[in-house]
Amino acid sequence: MKRYLPFVIVALVALATIGSGAMLYRAKRPHVLSIPGDKTLAGKSDAESAHIRGNPEAPVTLEEYGDFQCPPCGMFAAFLGQLEKEYDSRLRVVFRNFPLKAHEHAREAAIAAEAAGLQGRFWEMHDVLYREQDTWSKAPNVRELFESYAGTIGLDLDKFKKDMDGEQAKARVDTDRQRGESLGIQITPTLFINNQPVDQKDRNPEGIRAEINAALQQKPQA
Amino acid sequence: MTISRFRTTIYIVAAIVSLAGLADATYLTVQALTGETLGCGGSPDCFKVLGSSYARIAGIPVASFGVLAYFSVFTFATFAAFGYAHARIVLIPTIGAMFLATLWFLYVQAFLLHAYCRYCLFSAATTFLLTGLVIALPPGRDRSAS
Repeated sequence: MKRYLPFVIVALVALATIGSGAMLYRAKRPHVLSIPGDKTLAGKSDAESAHIRGNPEAPVTLEEYGDFQCPPCGMFAAFLGQLEKEYDSRLRVVFRNFPLKAHEHAREAAIAAEAAGLQGRFWEMHDVLYREQDTWSKAPNVRELFESYAGTIGLDLDKFKKDMDGEQAKARVDTDRQRGESLGIQITPTLFINNQPVDQKDRNPEGIRAEINAALQQKPQA
Repeated sequence: MTISRFRTTIYIVAAIVSLAGLADATYLTVQALTGETLGCGGSPDCFKVLGSSYARIAGIPVASFGVLAYFSVFTFATFAAFGYAHARIVLIPTIGAMFLATLWFLYVQAFLLHAYCRYCLFSAATTFLLTGLVIALPPGRDRSAS
């Protein structure tokens, strides 16, 4: 028996490693959605399309005009994750860039997110930018940090650097901003639920849930 | 304690230490494959290291080589503890190669990236500990299980 014991121990450790690795992978892989995570809403041109996450047939659409450097947007991003879990297939989220001029690195962050989007990883970059907002907002060289985020989420770094300097990502940011300006947006986050603006007084967890619930009642899922 | 028992104890300790390295490398591999970033939360240095071009070789996360290396050490140390003489012969060069790789990664972090990743430092500590253990092995031949 002792002769076989090392084989048994090694086999058990191999199984435990593969099993725990697989479980960890399942737990940490990007949330699988009904549509690819970086699907875009069709626009007149590529630059006019927007990033959406969630069920494309969801009865409720929450559209956010956000600035990656704005602290309330960062707090809202954390809350948004809860909302997406809570409402699951009944909610889809649309993100549009609205970098405020007062925030030194906001535009570059938006370009980084769009550059990641060109490799299909907009939402991964969106999440890490908001989660690490405190760090990069104060950093002297944000570009270096954005590149490190890009590498960590598995982007092709050379393409990411090229896209950061290219016109396509910038055009998308500018188009979103112009669209926001045309709607009279001045602050972030500005939210719309099924194209209806969310009132300033309702921009809190209870208010947003109430608005979503009201929208669900108006437009029950088929 | 006899020399033989001391040697067996070292192999057992090496197997246990390698499990810690295996867990660390497995976590880093999964992190690299999923693009998950929570593990680096709040540490720009961690992002700099794990997001650098040195963290992958031909698109393969270097942590996955760590998984293979630590699993090999675990296997060889376990067999050596059970008296398989050949396992010791391959255990020492394996740990030697890991030691050299660790020196390279520490150089990259210290002089090229100017940033340290806590998971990588943990792995380095584990490899150094394994190196210390094989150095502490008394010379002489192991008895063979076969």
